[in-house]
Amino acid sequence: MRAVRATAGAEVAEATGAAEVRIVSGGRVRGMGVFLVLLAALAILGFVLRVPAKAHATFLLTAPPAISVAPLTMSVRWTAGVLAVLCGALGVLLVVRRQQRGAYLLFGLGFALFLWAFLVWAARGAQLNFVEMLVTTLISTTPLVFGALSGVMCERSGVINIAIEGQFLAGAFLGAMIGSVSGDLWLGMLAGAVAGGLFGWLLAFLALRYAVDQIIVGVVIVAFCTGLTNFLTEQVLTPDQTTLNSPQTFAPIAIPLFDKIPILGPVLFDENIFVYLAAILLVVVHVGLFRTRWGLRVRAVGEHPRAAETVGIHVLSVRYRNVILGGVIAGIGGASFTIGSVGEFSSEMTAGLGYVALAAMIFGRWRPFGALGASLLFGFSVSLQSFLAVLNVGIPSPFLAMAPYVITIAVVSGLVGRVRPPAADGAPYRRE
Amino acid sequence: MRLELAGITKRFGTLVANDHVSLTVEPGEIHCLLGENGAGKSTLMNVVFGMLRPDEGEVLVDGEVFRPSDSGEAVRRGIGMVHQHFMLVPLFTVAENVVLGFEPTRRTGILDRRRARSEIARLSEEFGLEVDPDATVESLPVGVQQRVEILKALHRDAQVLILDEPTAVLTPQEIESLFAIVRSLAASGRSVLFITHKLKEVMAVADRITVMRLGKVVGTTTPGESDEGGLASMMVGRTVELVVHKEPAQPGRPVLRLRNLTVADERGAVAVDGLEIDVHAGEILAVAGVQGNGQTELVEALTGLRPVVSGSIELDGTDMTGSSPEEMLRAGVAHVPEDRQRDGLVLAMSVEDNLVLDVYNRAPFARLGSRALDVVHANALEKLSAFDIRASSVESPVSALSGGNQQKVVVARELSREIKLLVASQPTRGLDVGSIEYVHRQIVAERDKGVAVVIVSSELDEVLALGDRIAVMFRGRIVGVVGPETGREAIGLMMAGSGAGAEDVGPVVPAGGRAPAGARAGRESS
Repeated sequence: MRAVRATAGAEVAEATGAAEVRIVSGGRVRGMGVFLVLLAALAILGFVLRVPAKAHATFLLTAPPAISVAPLTMSVRWTAGVLAVLCGALGVLLVVRRQQRGAYLLFGLGFALFLWAFLVWAARGAQLNFVEMLVTTLISTTPLVFGALSGVMCERSGVINIAIEGQFLAGAFLGAMIGSVSGDLWLGMLAGAVAGGLFGWLLAFLALRYAVDQIIVGVVIVAFCTGLTNFLTEQVLTPDQTTLNSPQTFAPIAIPLFDKIPILGPVLFDENIFVYLAAILLVVVHVGLFRTRWGLRVRAVGEHPRAAETVGIHVLSVRYRNVILGGVIAGIGGASFTIGSVGEFSSEMTAGLGYVALAAMIFGRWRPFGALGASLLFGFSVSLQSFLAVLNVGIPSPFLAMAPYVITIAVVSGLVGRVRPPAADGAPYRRE
Repeated sequence: MRLELAGITKRFGTLVANDHVSLTVEPGEIHCLLGENGAGKSTLMNVVFGMLRPDEGEVLVDGEVFRPSDSGEAVRRGIGMVHQHFMLVPLFTVAENVVLGFEPTRRTGILDRRRARSEIARLSEEFGLEVDPDATVESLPVGVQQRVEILKALHRDAQVLILDEPTAVLTPQEIESLFAIVRSLAASGRSVLFITHKLKEVMAVADRITVMRLGKVVGTTTPGESDEGGLASMMVGRTVELVVHKEPAQPGRPVLRLRNLTVADERGAVAVDGLEIDVHAGEILAVAGVQGNGQTELVEALTGLRPVVSGSIELDGTDMTGSSPEEMLRAGVAHVPEDRQRDGLVLAMSVEDNLVLDVYNRAPFARLGSRALDVVHANALEKLSAFDIRASSVESPVSALSGGNQQKVVVARELSREIKLLVASQPTRGLDVGSIEYVHRQIVAERDKGVAVVIVSSELDEVLALGDRIAVMFRGRIVGVVGPETGREAIGLMMAGSGAGAEDVGPVVPAGGRAPAGARAGRESS
């Protein structure tokens, strides 16, 4: 009740002051600029000055089934040097410009340049298959996209779904088991979806019917799913591993002709069904949310449920539906862990990626394609870590393995920027 | 369309919120429903909109019994509501807000934005409701947001329009244009039910007036048959005094000096913009302005709740810039906050504890690190009689008290210290007339003791009644400081940003000892 009042007050304040808003603290943009300059300095110190003049790095750009392309060989010192200077220049630009608009784009560009310089350095005197790296990135990204879309579905309607991790586990477990027992992978995927949907319903039921704190319900669901799948794995799956936990995995589906495109072909057009499904869902959720009647109503419910109610929208049914659908999406994402790649369920195999997906959604500002961008970043850091381990760059692998989680903490703690969640996110709704 | 309420009764436990309420709104009529906060107006509207079921009585639309089960049904039946707190999604565009719930779509289910836009253009033109359909609602001034609310109702083809306290957040000029819109709606044959507690508005706009008190209809009249005084006594059940008694101010030394004070809001945008003013001992400076022009931030800066970006706050010769709330409090600043339930009280705690929130850890209320509960209790009993607080017991939670008594608890606590400066924000919002008089008397008494007083109020009546000087704020600046004899019209213009007023007239001694007022209660805190 009071929250509604406070919001109304804020609206008024914003409305009256909106004509000319002078921002006093432009600190964040400057901070991003300084950060880029520091990265550039690091790159020059580490990747330029301390590298032998003749060191070269080779990026392989070919992977089957694409048409082969000549590898790219670069002088480490020169390439890293130029990239570092560009990165630093972008940083200076940010500091000088101090405008909000386009700042994130410039920052992203600068960060990408730094990463490139880093890769060149890491691959000095060796070969790095860049295409394989992208393929790994996409594979690690896929479950995150499902998870983040699940989050978008729930939170846009005003319910926080912190239970994505649990829905992942449930989907992965049931997907593997049903897929294995029936021998039908589609049935496995369906089972994963049902498992996720079921826990989505549980979240909705407790959060909407009894107005239990959504964060607490979410945490409890994760704990429950973890415990249950651990127990069942040990007691049921492991004793009868061959029948119960040995599903096939979906084979990649190559899209004729497109898969021959250099670099992009193997990355985008020779993937398994989960990747394509994620892509389709992305578009569907995006168009649905921002172009249709359904989406307008969902967003209204997430922003100002009372306003939605006064025009005859049933707030709770919209929320129920979205939270269950969100659960279904997370369940399918969970199934991708088992019948999409590994081919068996193992305890806690999702390794906290449900939370990473949640962070990706926040980083992506509750928008499907924003979440995709953030998921790609996380996916890339996972891929980077596995490739760097092979290249033996002298950074202990546990540190590299930390990368996605460090990024998650940075994102959630707001380092990347203050973000604006749906106004009614997490607030239980009661009719007056 | 004719809307008829026949003998509506609604009980909540032992409380009868509506007691056989009957009224009829005829087509083409502007019908004002007048009543104090708590008179049962909101309950009645919730019945019409299906949010509540009446225990007895019926709602009739064009003579047919109408029992809505939710607000959507009422809307479909042609009843539209313009809510006091706008029911608009701030991030949506005007068009999106207007069509929400009744969206035109193409066959594929995709929103038909073009049709929405042309529909809005048509309605805007017909009723003179100018608004850009593609503007984001949160970027619009409040008056325009209200037009969006009205458009929303018209888009659903509302034949009965209910406006709930529509003028609470408007400037006098915006109120005038609202009246014009309301009249054109009535002229088009629609029925308008205008809910308010402001007598002036009722006299200006009503065709017929129904007055409610304590859940009952006390009478129906017309502006021609009645006057403000008569309506006021119907509303409160006795003859009320429409003035605050006070002697001319005797301003002394400057107690509060603000120099180039700049304060930012949550987003880091400038909310208070280089403010300069002195407030003297023994005078009341009333800060007028439409909500959201920096008053809240100013008060929070004065009480140490919000950091100062630049400039200085000097209290009785000491620089207090950047002091914490506790330091401000110890330096003699008393604060009656805008939202007493959020910032003034801990609702779940007892009356006696709320009375010592500021000094609970000091002698005599604490000894050797442990609270002296007997002293706290004795203190509470004493304050209860001194400040006329009606509570069943001092141990009961403060949330059990009525709004007026809650406010008295805040006032009692803040005035029990040795103070130099009293900062009171919307001190009478949502209070009944009796409590308003009481709070006003206390404020004037403090002034007469030599305390410097800053009152922030969006009620022009209150500002005029209490202020020895009136500072009008617009977009974070003081656009003028004037005396209380200044006309409402001039102050209204200043509230809308035109700096027509005098720049700084210094402490002004009001011509008479009396100011017109009544300060007809704050807005309803729903």
